[in-house]
Amino acid sequence: MTVPKIWRKIPEMYNLKGRICPECNSYFFPPREFCTKCGNEKMEDYFFQGIGKIISFTIIRTPVSDPENENMDIAARNIPYVLAIIELAEGPRLTAQVVDCRKEDVEIGKDVEMVFRKIMEKGEKGVIQYGYKFRLA
Amino acid sequence: MVGIVTWGSYIPKYRIKAEDIAKAWGSNPEQIKSGLMITEKSLPGIDEDTITIAVEAARNAVRAARIDPKSIGAVYIGSESHPYAVKPTGTVVAEALNMGNKYTTADFEFACKAGTAAIQVSMAMVRSGMAEYALAGGCDTAQASPGDPLEYTAAAGGAVFLIGLENVSAEINHTVSYTSDTPDFWRKKYEKYPAHGGAFTGQPAYYRHVIAATSMLMEKANTSSADYDYAIFHQPNGKFPTRVAKILGFKKEQIQPGLVVSKIGNTYSGSSILGLCAVLDIAKPGDRILLTSYGSGAGSDSFDITVTDKIFYAREKNRTVESYIQDKIYVDYTKYLKNTGNLR
Repeated sequence: MTVPKIWRKIPEMYNLKGRICPECNSYFFPPREFCTKCGNEKMEDYFFQGIGKIISFTIIRTPVSDPENENMDIAARNIPYVLAIIELAEGPRLTAQVVDCRKEDVEIGKDVEMVFRKIMEKGEKGVIQYGYKFRLA
Repeated sequence: MVGIVTWGSYIPKYRIKAEDIAKAWGSNPEQIKSGLMITEKSLPGIDEDTITIAVEAARNAVRAARIDPKSIGAVYIGSESHPYAVKPTGTVVAEALNMGNKYTTADFEFACKAGTAAIQVSMAMVRSGMAEYALAGGCDTAQASPGDPLEYTAAAGGAVFLIGLENVSAEINHTVSYTSDTPDFWRKKYEKYPAHGGAFTGQPAYYRHVIAATSMLMEKANTSSADYDYAIFHQPNGKFPTRVAKILGFKKEQIQPGLVVSKIGNTYSGSSILGLCAVLDIAKPGDRILLTSYGSGAGSDSFDITVTDKIFYAREKNRTVESYIQDKIYVDYTKYLKNTGNLR
């Protein structure tokens, strides 16, 4: 990921900034320019509470290939790790890592809360990307 | 009056027992445990650093205060493990708190006392009217060379305080500092691990500064050790603060609630102020607290604090230091090396 892209994504990565449609009350994450439910184009910013539940999960045992260490995924240094589909309390679903738990404690339906963690580093000398991960609530 | 509106603490979940470190180096664990008065220490997750620790502690403090984050005018995080040599920790923390852009920040560094230095500067900022609220924190993922005795204590954690003039849960009545050029512990540019003067870190360094600052404070406040319900001294291990408390005339009951080092280790910039958080978690209105930090290089900041009746409000939506201490996952020495970046 390029530095400008990391910078552009800061509001959603740090604070789960998404959108709400004031017409039909639909929530969107990541943010959308118009409502895919009712077609409204005047969307408003919305910061998700950061709580939700696990819809499904998998254990990653083979990390993403990055032979030149250009985009060092922090989690890849710590396999196996838990990757889950999480449904936020407001409805939208996202994919995120579930950290700080024993793998055997992760179950579908369990409540989770957002935490702020390192996501990846652009090489040894590069910028650090921070953002959301989740832990069992 | 200027003081602590709310506080936020954070200790990563991972712990390693002193036995497991001793086993890796063929040392006698009982000797180390009784000598340092440490049973285990915290360490960061592989995706945690000073910034993520500061963010979690700061979010706890701001949530407890129930204020608009945009009313915070300054952020000062003290650490000796800022992830970047150039690029502030404070900007990431402020962004993660949704503080907008109308604030000032700079990172602090003064070994283990950068957090209390940040509190003093924040007091000056709000008193002068330059900021309505200021955030002051001390957070670290302390480094220790594998095999160095420091490895038994160098830990991860931190605390952040919201400093203001109104609705303070703990008034800061007085603060003084005692500082000198004493090279007892240092880390040079580009070096991964710190170096230290061994026994020299004791008498001319820790004891001299902590005793001088605390004595100066009690003289200024016209108090004696008996006037305080709680006392917290910088805790690089369990032995130093216990001994300095005795020298200064404090009883075990006064220091015990704030002595968190035996269960989590020395969180450097977070060390004495995590002890303060543990005391604020349980203190009653009217209780008087003495806090003295120590940072190698060297200096001590000492504070005279009185708890107000706003303490209950500040605790309502907060998380206690004890809850973080209890919430833990033990790791072995190999995993410890991995999480602390010593094995890649």
